[in-house]
Amino acid sequence: MKIKTKVFGEIEIDEKQKIFFPDGILGMEEFKNFAILDSENRPFFYLQSLDDCDLDWVLISPEFFRDDYTLDVQESELAELGLEVGVDTELLVFAIVFFPPIENVIYANLQAPVVINKLKGLGRQCVSINPKWKLRHNIMEELEKKGIK
Amino acid sequence: MLILTRKLDESIVINENIKISIVEIIGDSVKLGIDAPKSVKIYRSEVLEAIKRENEQAKFTPAILPQLPKLQDKI
Repeated sequence: MKIKTKVFGEIEIDEKQKIFFPDGILGMEEFKNFAILDSENRPFFYLQSLDDCDLDWVLISPEFFRDDYTLDVQESELAELGLEVGVDTELLVFAIVFFPPIENVIYANLQAPVVINKLKGLGRQCVSINPKWKLRHNIMEELEKKGIK
Repeated sequence: MLILTRKLDESIVINENIKISIVEIIGDSVKLGIDAPKSVKIYRSEVLEAIKRENEQAKFTPAILPQLPKLQDKI
């Protein structure tokens, strides 16, 4: 299928790349259809809205800068992703990246991870119940700490 | 908005299966106990509001593109 994207213009994606977010992204609940796109710059990805080509976020995998990352969210949130008790399902977890316009830093949001059940094509922005995971993790600083360990 | 007055150890029930109790009152803080089915999602309002603001700010703009390669030499 052809889709319109903010970064790459019109591109072709596989139907399987479509991800449905029943509750949208917090604050923008009306947009429910997305695709995860590889960026030309590892380790970043794009969360591209298929309902509005101008709506797009940059994503990163939390493990890239935090080896100790764990997904700590309410069971009721994971249930929304179609997880069944006793069935092993692989979840993809991403953090939304924020590039403040002036400061020379890059933040990742680990408090509200974007969680995807690839098998079912379902996604959800969850809310961490572990206070360790904050709205803004300075990626450069975290990488430096990781290097020292 | 429905407004009810409750004392310590009193509670309210919502939809027959959600029970909210006043567990502790210290100064201006009230500790709530919530008994609800596992399917119910419970959040602190200000956390949701902060996440919404962050999502709004983090939306992609073309100004971000030159910043993307920054991390590549760290891989």
